[in-house]
Amino acid sequence: MPVSTAHSQLIYTALKQCGVRLLSALPETWLVHLVALGEADPDMLLVRLAKEEEGVGISAGAHLAGVKSAMLMQNHGLLASANGIVSLAQLYRIPLLMLVSYRGEFGEEHPWQTEGGGATEPLLQALRIPYARLEEPDHVAPRIRKAQALAEASLRPVALLLCRDLMWEDET
Amino acid sequence: MRRADALSAIYAELESCMVVTIMGAVAAELHALGHRPNFFYLEHAMGLASSMGLGIALSRPELTVVVLDGDGSILMNLGSLTTMARYRPPNLIHVVFDNEVLLSVGQSFTTATASGSDIAAMAAAAGIPRTATVHTLEAFQQTFREALQDGELTTLVAKVTAEGPASYWVDVHMLENRFAFQRYLRSLRPSTGLS
Repeated sequence: MPVSTAHSQLIYTALKQCGVRLLSALPETWLVHLVALGEADPDMLLVRLAKEEEGVGISAGAHLAGVKSAMLMQNHGLLASANGIVSLAQLYRIPLLMLVSYRGEFGEEHPWQTEGGGATEPLLQALRIPYARLEEPDHVAPRIRKAQALAEASLRPVALLLCRDLMWEDET
Repeated sequence: MRRADALSAIYAELESCMVVTIMGAVAAELHALGHRPNFFYLEHAMGLASSMGLGIALSRPELTVVVLDGDGSILMNLGSLTTMARYRPPNLIHVVFDNEVLLSVGQSFTTATASGSDIAAMAAAAGIPRTATVHTLEAFQQTFREALQDGELTTLVAKVTAEGPASYWVDVHMLENRFAFQRYLRSLRPSTGLS
């Protein structure tokens, strides 16, 4: 499976350096190594979800309790979480650090991923969620750190788009 | 059983718990009994009260968390039963007030529990270790107290009449409630685990 192990490790290390102690996740192909890293880490509370929107509630509870969290989801999971993001995280000023695998961009070979690709950034813009793309290894640590800083300072959701060139190794 | 009476019957026990309620009648009736800084009223995001309670319970395992849910709300997030069951926090009590309607919309808008869907049975099938459906105030109070004492993840369904308060107004602004709840929660003895 050409999901990048090295870049998944970079992302995971960056989350740990930010003090993330709770990770909610709904596994998908690009996220398998990240989920496995969370599962193997005795200091990480990994919460595997049935549907991504649950993660908004779990991160809200963790935040009020003083625990830093992050969410791992596919962009279709972001679409599925829109109401929770608006009517919990935004209404109640809850910081969310959302790491979203960005399926359906250039290079996508699965027809079923393509509509979600086209809707992802317009949705983030419509929800006024600041976001950045992680396309190269050099982007990972600084952008995750800065995204978390903004989420915590603004008490609002932020998103990082895990792009194909970062996550999928045989595509260049 | 009236929900307001059921809330009154466990009000004393709630003092030592972190409490997350759903919107509408549950929030208004609990607030009317007397607001406390350990009460959080989730005035929107139907379905996510149980997920929030799970997040608090996992983050602070030394505290007891009580979610006051409703049939309409949990039916919007049934997957939450499976996630709660998977992580099985012993410090989480999930109460579902089941009045078989979307009361804040109107008495005629029944939920599927009115036609036989059984939330306690779904919770048990999801893997929640302790579940019960109760119909009387006495049974509710006793089952709730036992769940508190035994420290086991519980979904307790209380069948209640479809009656609400005259007003759903809660005289604590959502953000005031949120920040006071956070301050109170973080002021409690820090967890040796995650905090």
